[in-house]
Amino acid sequence: MLAKRIIPCLDVDSGRVVKGVNFVDIRDAGDPVEVARRYDAEGADEITFLDITASSDERETIVHVVEQVAEEVFIPLTVGGGIRKVDDIRRLLNAGADKVSINTAAVFNPDFVREAADKVGSQCIVVAIDAKQVSAPGEPLRWEIFTHGGRKPTGLDAIEWAQRMVANGAGEILLTSMDRDGTRQGFDLPLTRAISDAVSVPVIASGGVGELQHLVDGVTEGHADAVLAASIFHFAEHTVEEAKQFMRAQGVEVRL
Amino acid sequence: MKFIAVVDYGMGNLRSVVKALEHVAPADTRVRLVEGADDILEADRVVFPGQGAARDCMAALRDRKLIPVLTEAATTRPFLGICMGLQVLMDRSDENGGTDCLGLIAGGVRRFEDHQVDAQGQRLKIPHMGWNQVHQTRAHPLWEGIDQDSRFYFVHSYHVVPASYQVVAGTTQYGLPFASAVAQDHIFAIQCHPEKSAAPGLTLLKNFMHWTGGV
Repeated sequence: MLAKRIIPCLDVDSGRVVKGVNFVDIRDAGDPVEVARRYDAEGADEITFLDITASSDERETIVHVVEQVAEEVFIPLTVGGGIRKVDDIRRLLNAGADKVSINTAAVFNPDFVREAADKVGSQCIVVAIDAKQVSAPGEPLRWEIFTHGGRKPTGLDAIEWAQRMVANGAGEILLTSMDRDGTRQGFDLPLTRAISDAVSVPVIASGGVGELQHLVDGVTEGHADAVLAASIFHFAEHTVEEAKQFMRAQGVEVRL
Repeated sequence: MKFIAVVDYGMGNLRSVVKALEHVAPADTRVRLVEGADDILEADRVVFPGQGAARDCMAALRDRKLIPVLTEAATTRPFLGICMGLQVLMDRSDENGGTDCLGLIAGGVRRFEDHQVDAQGQRLKIPHMGWNQVHQTRAHPLWEGIDQDSRFYFVHSYHVVPASYQVVAGTTQYGLPFASAVAQDHIFAIQCHPEKSAAPGLTLLKNFMHWTGGV
């Protein structure tokens, strides 16, 4: 049976791993190659690098990070952040990435996803969706796509957007709740479930993991195909293996 | 010096395949990306990867005039097909409204059924993506040292349907069971990505380095 995937995420700034808490308070948690090697040894199913490098001078650093990691880590690697052109995608794939995650560029130019999927194949294209609840309490739940770290609304309905991205060639959806990201209160389960049930491709739940039960909930309640987390793994609160044992004990199929 | 050719016909990124092969290659073995017919036939062993759509793969092989060469290589030396490199070995794929393939292994290629559900009633997504078990349905030198039902990394929407069960070397369950590995004479071909499948994948690639063809 297909296992639910656990994906540690490393935020990388100028070649160093950091983790943003609500995208404001950032802590340094080490060398990406070291961290990736450790996650691989613990049984991570994939590793995602989110490049948050702001300076254009240092944009190449992520390519070198991927090259180094791909030399010794033989599990799928995904890179997101700052991807705007098919050329950016090719450079990362050639460096050893298996998938790239497109976020803002998809919002500003939805055809970019189609173009990218045509050129490199849907299996390499993850569309990252940052969604925030916009319905008032008591109203039917509704979420919209936000950009700029959750600050700018776009008016796009999250479910419709996810379906449109799949129609354009997204091979997978990385769904982040901007309400939950960094809060450690768990995934937004109604959001996760709404999106996962609405699309044919796998959905990775992200944003809000603070304890191992949240990972289980993401799969069982949120219907996620994979769960992504950062801080609970970075600071050795839990290893990936512990997370998997916990999930297995609750009946979730995992690779152990 | 032994020489392993990884066939580069413009279908996807092959760096991972080369890196993983290099990682397990014995000291006397060189791994090279090759594009030309002569280079392929010089190799002691051939790895045939592939990504993307069946029609594009076949068009790329035709444009590069590689079809007769691959047929020769696959029948004369150890030959490892990976992912699309398995699918295009079949007679024909349903992808792209029907695509004639290499016909080295009898059978077809079908898409996973939409709207299948798992034991918990959850929708089975397409592509079939992630770590799934490969059940070894018969002994083969490439399975040496790999536990029964080990997990490998898959990404695909189509799967092969061999005409004869005799060539099936492994099966995987996704809704229904499908053939995830086939073996026929000098050919071993697998739907998952051994180069991205951690220890079991590396073991399979290492076994390929020592395999002389045949079962």
